[in-house]
Amino acid sequence: MGSLFRCEEMTLCQLFLQSEAAYACVSELGELGLVQFRDLNPDVNSFQRKFVNEVRRCDEMERKLRFLEKEIKKDGIPMLDIGDNPEAPQPREMIDLEATFEKLENELKEVNTNAEALKKTYLELTELKHILRKTQAFFDEAEFHHAQMHDPSMQEESVTLLGEEGLRAGGQALKLGFVAGVVLRERLPSFERMLWRVCRGNVFLRQAEIDTPLEDPVSGDQVNKCVFIVFFQGEQLKSRVKKICEGFRATLYPCPETPADRREMSIGVMTRIEDLNTVLGQTTDHRHRVLVAAAKNIKNWFVKVRKIKAIYHTLNLFNLDVTQKCLISECWCAVCDLEKIQMALRRGTERSGSTVPSILNRMDSKETPPTYNRTNKFTRGFQNIVDAYGVASYREVNPAPYTIITFPFLFAVMFGDAGHGLIMALFGLWMVLKEKALSAQKSDNEIWNTFFNGRYIILLMGTFSIYTGLIYNDVFSKSLNIFGSSWNSPAMKELFPSHIQLNPASQYQGVPYPFGIDPVWQVAENKILFMNSYKMKVSVILGVSQMIFGVSLSLINHKYFKHPLNVICEFVPQIIFLLAIFGYLVLLIFAKWVTYDVSDSSCARSLLIMLINMFIFSYPTHPCYLSAMYNGQEGIQAILVILAIVCIPWMLFVKPFILRRQWLNRPHLMSSPKPADGAIDEGEVVHEDGTTRIEAGHEESEEGFNFGDVFIHQAIHTIEYCLGSISHTASYLRLWALSLAHAQLSEVLWTMVMKIGFVVPTWPGGIILYLIFAFWAGLTIGVLLIMEGLSAFLHALRLHWVEFQSKFYGGTGYMFSPFSFETILELASTEDK
Amino acid sequence: MRICGPKTSVCCTILSVWGIIMLVLMGIFLYTQSVALAEDLPYDENASWKTPQEFLNEAERLYSKSAYNCWIAACLYVVTLVISLQQYYANRKASYTI
Repeated sequence: MGSLFRCEEMTLCQLFLQSEAAYACVSELGELGLVQFRDLNPDVNSFQRKFVNEVRRCDEMERKLRFLEKEIKKDGIPMLDIGDNPEAPQPREMIDLEATFEKLENELKEVNTNAEALKKTYLELTELKHILRKTQAFFDEAEFHHAQMHDPSMQEESVTLLGEEGLRAGGQALKLGFVAGVVLRERLPSFERMLWRVCRGNVFLRQAEIDTPLEDPVSGDQVNKCVFIVFFQGEQLKSRVKKICEGFRATLYPCPETPADRREMSIGVMTRIEDLNTVLGQTTDHRHRVLVAAAKNIKNWFVKVRKIKAIYHTLNLFNLDVTQKCLISECWCAVCDLEKIQMALRRGTERSGSTVPSILNRMDSKETPPTYNRTNKFTRGFQNIVDAYGVASYREVNPAPYTIITFPFLFAVMFGDAGHGLIMALFGLWMVLKEKALSAQKSDNEIWNTFFNGRYIILLMGTFSIYTGLIYNDVFSKSLNIFGSSWNSPAMKELFPSHIQLNPASQYQGVPYPFGIDPVWQVAENKILFMNSYKMKVSVILGVSQMIFGVSLSLINHKYFKHPLNVICEFVPQIIFLLAIFGYLVLLIFAKWVTYDVSDSSCARSLLIMLINMFIFSYPTHPCYLSAMYNGQEGIQAILVILAIVCIPWMLFVKPFILRRQWLNRPHLMSSPKPADGAIDEGEVVHEDGTTRIEAGHEESEEGFNFGDVFIHQAIHTIEYCLGSISHTASYLRLWALSLAHAQLSEVLWTMVMKIGFVVPTWPGGIILYLIFAFWAGLTIGVLLIMEGLSAFLHALRLHWVEFQSKFYGGTGYMFSPFSFETILELASTEDK
Repeated sequence: MRICGPKTSVCCTILSVWGIIMLVLMGIFLYTQSVALAEDLPYDENASWKTPQEFLNEAERLYSKSAYNCWIAACLYVVTLVISLQQYYANRKASYTI
């Protein structure tokens, strides 16, 4: 039965699959997700495996799909994701899929090249259009100049440089050549300078910007361009100008000389542009249609291709039989899942139409199986907390079920405020109730996903915090007086003292407040004194009980793994050590609570000093708070100290020496010493037929008994435990420290912020209160819930990982990672993002 | 008409629900003169009360004033709630129509 108490019992199985049925069987197993295949040819290069070709084809298909997806995304077409899970297609369907993708890709590529060519022509035509339009203005000016140059009445000052030159040339009609073209706007300044320098100022450049940005057909970017026209005289200059234009990647266009020709050309260009526009529109329409059709299926195709690929990857792990008729594989699976796996294999065989059934064979193996804890959505979060520290050794006690209660509880001890707890619980409850809708959204916000995966932890932490908050009587740092305080108000010496010191001798009514801490302490001056003593003692009690519980769990481990020696030489001295020192302290705490009241409180024994005195065997008789608490205390404490001290050599020496004697007495039995619980004997796999095969790379060596190693290991273990139990007890005091810090912080927040809201007693005070409340609420969420909550979470985590789990948990296992389509697809979809 | 985005409107809705509940309760506690809230009352720093009765009268006055202030703030949060809910639905409608 799959229980949370320890991991599933695993077994190594051998699978014999008929070549023709292998694909279908593996597909069924992938849907099931309960087996972990082992690589049977680890030394074979991944290019030399049997199904390399198929994997390559799948890769190719995936590439095509990704290309399609990119194109779809470029056009902003929504992809249909209905979350359906198509079965892995038959191998023969692969050809159909390939053909479909090939066709789609080709079509798309063709459309793209066509569109590119069309766009290029379009760009050229548009540029020509702009040139014709802009140059018209230049020519008009030139004509004007021409007219000017022949005007004898013109003033010398207004004659242009070019005009002068023209005059010097003999006054005859000027024969000016020109070149028109388009260049990138940012290149224009350098282009102009270059022209000037190379032609020594003998050319005349006119330019005008094209207002609308043009689309670059190759990259699809919008670029700004300029139209220019260069006037010059003579062939030499013409060739120079052309070379410079080439160098600056300017496109030159033929421009007719006469205005009539230009007009005609311009009309021609306009009609061509219009024609091209319709063709372009049709091309984009076609592309859109193709992509929309593809978008409907693309997710489905992705799932199919990924499944095929996963199956072939798995088949690559298999061994081929000598006869080439069947594939042999080895896999780990849970014993109680064998039935389901058999069923899946039968289904797979039937589907493939093979007549020979697939065979599942259990094998004996000395190799440590993987750790597999079956979880549901509630326990998964807690199991993850445990696994984050270390995956449990195989069949070791799993701390997760205890963590479910102790983790939120210890958190709540540090986070004790009913108001904050209520908000946290409501947040957790909302996530739990809206679970389906929220998980369907598939947010890729990492912080949100962390919170969402821990929704049950948050809910429990919140509810536990409400409980501890009520015990501490803290609701947003205010106390609730539900049952009526059991204290009388003190006689006030002055009117309205700032704080009141409570004195139990005169004011206590004798009957305690029924639940939690009396609300009167909220206004008392000696509140912190009172709370400190209470919280410190509670944290020691909780800590010691959790550690004792942890040590008791180690007993279950020793019994399960049949290590009677460990019970006698580790568990017994450990528990005696812990009980003799700290169990005794806890007893004293309870005794102190019960026996002393206000009349003899001055003589209430100081427990810490008592504990220290216990170890140095010093028993002073006065002052009275250091004297003995009960008769015979000296004797009992002496016995306890001696017991605890005896435990240390007991833990340290007994086990190594017993192991050594066993080794010397029975050398022929190959008693392999186990230095730690569940030592790993890697190696042999014994097959059903009794033949023994040595696993590649895991050759088992005859392990000798090394006394030094065992002894050092035991010494480390002992020292760690003895020092640990002292330092861990002190470490639990963080429960007190953090809860104090939380209470103080929330009180400070109230007095520093919320109190401002009450400053004005008249009606505008309402508006101030309205604003202040929002501010206070924001700080409460940000500082007290999120920051303090995270810190309390981390401390609770530490208390579990270090203080609790170190008492029994090995955490040296490795995770069972079954072959499952679900996880493969999830992984792929997260990679996509 | 949309003033704020979908997240802001949800945030304001939650804040106003919290504000309404908490401020109404605080108003009730102040009205019934809860000792826990006595420290928060705005006593005049310089005032000196000659008799306990004088002090009690002053405290009672402040209690009821503060209680009314709480309820005023709560009413303001009701207004905020209405506005932010309207915004929330407006945002939702807008996201449907797009």
